Amino acid sequence: MLTSKWVQLAVLAVLIAALPLLFPSGYYYRIGALIFVNALAVTGLVILVGWAGQISLGHAGFAGIGAYACALAPEHLGLHPVVAIVLGMVISAGLAALIGKPILRLKGYYLGVATLGFGILVTMVLTNERIWTGGPDGMSVAKLGLRELLRDMGVRVSGGVFWYWACGIVLLIGAWLALNLYNSATGRALRALHGSEVAASTIGIDVPRLKLQAFVISAVYASVAGSLLALQNGFITPDVAGFMHSIEIVTMAVLGGVGSVVGAILGAVILTLLPQVLTVFAEYEQLVLGAVMILVMIFLPRGLLPSIAARLKRKP
Amino acid sequence: MTLLHIEGLGINFGGLKAVDNVSFAAAAGQVTSVIGPNGAGKTTLFNMISGVYTPGSGRVALDGDNVTGIHPSQLARRGLSRTFQNLQIFQDMSVLDNALAGFHLSERGSVWGDMLSLPAARRRARDARDGAMKLLKRVRLDDLASEVAGNLSYGQLKRLEIARALGVGPRVLLLDEPAAGCNAVETEEIDTLIAELAASGIAVLLVEHDMKLVMRISHHVVVLDHGQMIAEGDPESVSQNPEVIKAYLGTEAVDNVAG
Repeated sequence: MLTSKWVQLAVLAVLIAALPLLFPSGYYYRIGALIFVNALAVTGLVILVGWAGQISLGHAGFAGIGAYACALAPEHLGLHPVVAIVLGMVISAGLAALIGKPILRLKGYYLGVATLGFGILVTMVLTNERIWTGGPDGMSVAKLGLRELLRDMGVRVSGGVFWYWACGIVLLIGAWLALNLYNSATGRALRALHGSEVAASTIGIDVPRLKLQAFVISAVYASVAGSLLALQNGFITPDVAGFMHSIEIVTMAVLGGVGSVVGAILGAVILTLLPQVLTVFAEYEQLVLGAVMILVMIFLPRGLLPSIAARLKRKP
Repeated sequence: MTLLHIEGLGINFGGLKAVDNVSFAAAAGQVTSVIGPNGAGKTTLFNMISGVYTPGSGRVALDGDNVTGIHPSQLARRGLSRTFQNLQIFQDMSVLDNALAGFHLSERGSVWGDMLSLPAARRRARDARDGAMKLLKRVRLDDLASEVAGNLSYGQLKRLEIARALGVGPRVLLLDEPAAGCNAVETEEIDTLIAELAASGIAVLLVEHDMKLVMRISHHVVVLDHGQMIAEGDPESVSQNPEVIKAYLGTEAVDNVAG
């Protein structure tokens, strides 16, 4: 890690707390919340891709499960949305454990293709089960109800402001958990098996089990991110589980620096903001995005944060 | 006390008998060396003993238990660890993290405890850290603890691998060419370290090309050639065995010496 855990968390907390001072309008709270949600999903990928070295091109599938758990469970099972978030986490974790066991034996792009298949499968189910999910048109999501609770307690906040703080706090918790993991026996074992699976197993690391743990943990991160997205938008379509979304979060992780939580968050900030900035060139938005990616990969192959950190170290 | 029993161990690679019918034993507190010309099957033998390859025939027994073909991570749990001829260091991790990884078995708890950084997990992490620092000191890498492993020299990485393998708390330690690529001073350090490890009661199994090193520190020597065991005994008798001289120098040389 670049610096100690608490420094990173403190910087993150101060940024989350201070950014609203710079917001010219309420609209920016929404973008902020979106950044935090993306950053949460990307943090999960840092654990799986950055540390354990296992690729997933279908992680949005888990975001889809989290999102639709929040859409379906309150409506059909009468569950409170908060319970629905937990249900989404449990389903995502269970499914990740189930499919992870066979597919994590695969390596490199074979694993990429298998996870890709999983993501597509989830999207197809969400698109085709119209009776339940409303198909490609999507469905509305019940309110979380916390804002109303706050109002009864005499605190009035707008939807944008509420979700900004809610997602910010969840991201902080997610980052705290991930940073704890990094320097623990589990985190070290994940990084070790990334370095050399043979060497890892000769020091007693149960490689398949550890990979599965990383897959399940990162699936739960994606699931919570999907839930938060669904709840704050109040509406959800199968796109949340789609291929493009999977690629988006992998790209954020790689852009920022897939080995570090702070890097991942930086990647989420940039790739969430860029389309907002580029709306001026709406037609060329995808073109610019693609060009940025290519340039970063050529000139800063380890991602923004590690490359910048290395450069600072060289010239003290 | 013999800790490790090898009986009739063999493996084929596409019809080629890479190792065939090798039997010997390694005792606690002793250095048992496996020597032989290049391609004799020494590393293949090590890979079978450490569970990296599944033997085609024969049996490996650790402390009386049959452990043939069981996974390396299970063997580590039973107290067998190893180093590698072609370094298998975790290059992107710090020197300390590499050494700490060796303590995985004693440090690991539940993944929840790790994520929530519960007191029990923190305590285990502290203990592992103390142990890892001690081992790094022992291989004289404690000054480099926070350095990224990839920046170390070859000789230093060899020592780091030994430290990592020791973290497991092994009863049997397999060292595959620990002195390869090391200068004279480094070789002597490794020499001393291996002797110390054996003296502490570990059964050390050594593959090494440096004959001076082997003859100096081995209690027992096993000689392989073309996958076959051609000699076994104390260093003195093995070095005078005509079969061994033939394998190393060729028939002509032996004839010339004899003539």
